[in-house]
Amino acid sequence: MLKFILRRIGASALVLWGASLLMYVLIINAGDPLKDLRESNMQNKQQLIDARIALLRLDDPWYERYWDWLTGVGGCFTGNCDLGVTINGIDVLGLTQQAASSTLRLITLSTLLAIVVGVALGILTAIRQYSGFDYTVTFSAFLFFSLPVFWAATLLKEYAAIQYNNWIAVGQYAPWTIVIAALVAGFLLQAVLGGTRRRRLVTAAVTFGFVTIMLFVFNALDWWRNPMFGIGGVVVVSAAAGVLVTALVTGLRNRRALYAALTTVVVGALAYQVLAPILVGEPSWLLLAGLFVVTLVVSLAIGAAWGGYARRQAMLVTGITGVITSLMVVADILLAHWAGFLGLKSRPISTIGSQTPNFTGEFWDRVLDMGTQILLPTILLTLVSVATHSRYTRSSMLETLNQDYVRTARSKGLSEREVIVKHAFRNALIPITTIVAFDFAALIGGAIITEQVFGWKGMGALFQDGLNAVDPAPVMAFFLVTGVAAVLMNLVADIAYAALDPRIRR
Amino acid sequence: MSDIRNSNPGGEDFEPQVSVASTDAVGLAAGGSAAPLPDEDKSYSQGQLVARRFFRHKGALSAMIVLGIVIVVAFTSIGVGPIPGWWPNSYTLQYDKIGDGAPTWQYPFGQDTGGKDYFALVMRGTQFSLIIAFAVGIISTAVGTLVGAVAGFYRGWIETILMRMTDVFIVIPLLAVAAVLGRMAGGAGILGLALVLGLVTWTSLARLVRGEVLSLRERDFVLAARAVGTGAWRIISRHVLPNAIGVIIVSATLSISTAILLETSLSFLGFGVQAPDTSLGTLISDYQAAFATRPWLFWWPGIMILTIALCVNFIGDGLRDAFDPRQNRTKD
Repeated sequence: MLKFILRRIGASALVLWGASLLMYVLIINAGDPLKDLRESNMQNKQQLIDARIALLRLDDPWYERYWDWLTGVGGCFTGNCDLGVTINGIDVLGLTQQAASSTLRLITLSTLLAIVVGVALGILTAIRQYSGFDYTVTFSAFLFFSLPVFWAATLLKEYAAIQYNNWIAVGQYAPWTIVIAALVAGFLLQAVLGGTRRRRLVTAAVTFGFVTIMLFVFNALDWWRNPMFGIGGVVVVSAAAGVLVTALVTGLRNRRALYAALTTVVVGALAYQVLAPILVGEPSWLLLAGLFVVTLVVSLAIGAAWGGYARRQAMLVTGITGVITSLMVVADILLAHWAGFLGLKSRPISTIGSQTPNFTGEFWDRVLDMGTQILLPTILLTLVSVATHSRYTRSSMLETLNQDYVRTARSKGLSEREVIVKHAFRNALIPITTIVAFDFAALIGGAIITEQVFGWKGMGALFQDGLNAVDPAPVMAFFLVTGVAAVLMNLVADIAYAALDPRIRR
Repeated sequence: MSDIRNSNPGGEDFEPQVSVASTDAVGLAAGGSAAPLPDEDKSYSQGQLVARRFFRHKGALSAMIVLGIVIVVAFTSIGVGPIPGWWPNSYTLQYDKIGDGAPTWQYPFGQDTGGKDYFALVMRGTQFSLIIAFAVGIISTAVGTLVGAVAGFYRGWIETILMRMTDVFIVIPLLAVAAVLGRMAGGAGILGLALVLGLVTWTSLARLVRGEVLSLRERDFVLAARAVGTGAWRIISRHVLPNAIGVIIVSATLSISTAILLETSLSFLGFGVQAPDTSLGTLISDYQAAFATRPWLFWWPGIMILTIALCVNFIGDGLRDAFDPRQNRTKD
């Protein structure tokens, strides 16, 4: 395994180097960097031109300039990075650090969401092939796949941001909106769960009633502006999630896994009560990351302790439940801060920039601020990726469900859940890993456009401004960051492929 | 005898009905041997089979009709080059604005800020986008098929180069390379931009063709052709490629849709079509700030792009199902 990884890293380094050479040569020849100076009418035009020629070393041959850039990047391994200077003399390294954090945040979040939602949708449509749900999702996938990102971004700005900001000032739903939302939720859930006509009607009716009552209660409590969740909400939602995960992975008859999941929820809630002062105060990102790792370890330990004969499955169940519980805890803290946040920022979803400048707020208010800013670009990028991922997952799942071993499993008498989750799911996932890796670069391209529309000062802005001015340093910095991210993503995908497919383990 | 012949219920009769009738004296007397073959024994060529399956796909059929309408209207309404069209307004003249330019019967798409007829402008942008998309599709298909076939058949260094090039495109986003090349080709006009875009989009098609050729070259008919002494080029062009035609056509169609989205994105960022040529992307970029006050300036170009890309994608999906219906059906 280690040899495999090292070999892949070596090959990727070579590809990265070749690609950087190609990009550098292309950029230098992409236009005239002195064009704006040549056309200006300033007094010291010739001096400015000479200064720029000296700064960018325009008189040197391309291989010397490339070597200069390469040695600067090589310095990164020894601790003093030199990524060059822009055409205005600003150091590129500082610009890159700022830009990279916002762009990488966006891309990572979009990729994770796209994988989870895309694979889930793909599997659901595969097992409900030719239903109305399947046709609707397939048509939507085609629609989002053919959507021009820049056009959809502006539409989203208008309808999701501005209309939402107008609405949240009031925070109440009209009754007919509630009814429509409940109808849609009921229709979706009965389409997904399937079954006989009677069972579908019951599912739809129960969902309709539940959603209607919930939304009316929310209206009455002015929940959208003053949300309350509390420890009770955390426990209830996490327990429900735990039961759902158990039902999917091991089946509810495996009592040990069920009890393990519920134990995880209780432990998580108790830990939340104990650690509340640290969490709600001014935590740091490091502290939160550390607590998350501890949560994962503890939940896996609970699963191992309860496990019995199905230890690894129980650990999987408790691991997922632990992650969901910690997400619920974070959601609770964020919701508790929402009312105060609305006081600080009355129009929460702003359409410009990745965070509000000069924002005076504590840690969690800042998280809410960055969260509302990242919401729309993430939705946009995720939608396009979800389209491709769900289509590929669907066709891969259909192909797997047609295999002989699935037919054998069914004829053996295994429940449908076992057939799909235990046997078909893992095999269907294998081609998806390669698709995700390929899609990552496309996501970066989409991020360039999205950042331009939403006014983020990210890697996309570096790229665009640099290319417009025919300035190689920022464009190469863009390429470096995105190239390394893409290579890492490909490596992760290859390792996942080797982990999922025992036939190619080295 | 007839019991044995008809003893596979539901299976095919391997002999035409005529020969059964012709052993019957009555059938002979009635001139049975001159009767035409019934439909179920008519044999279809591959093209006819594919066409039948394609036209059964309702989505692809309606997409083809809609796309046809869009192309015909875009090219005939304002005319191409020296040939005039049937639309009364021109896209260069500025007319008196009615109100603030909202759509009316006289100007169905409205008018832009200067008073130009927006329908004519959008049609002109559509023309350019369509020309570029189809040109890029043709170029990338031609180059990709050639390189993929040679790489798959000969293997060796061409295959290694192809694999490294596709690796490069996994690492660099397509939009970034296309933007740099588009900036370079700035003044070269529509066809220059099409050439440049074609040069970046052929790699995925080449990889697919290489995969197909790799598996096809092990087949028996290729072995037989080589045993008879057929030259390599003849094998590739007359034996291997016609069997890979399904993959090639589907990829070509999907590359057209990728091309139109790529070109409009580039024009939106400013690296694609340059003035005085318009494109749907430049129209959207020019008027994106006007969305709140003059939404029609923003809606129409976007809807055109969406329609064209959606139709091409549906046609590509229909073609894919027509060429390879195997993977579609689980419950038949």
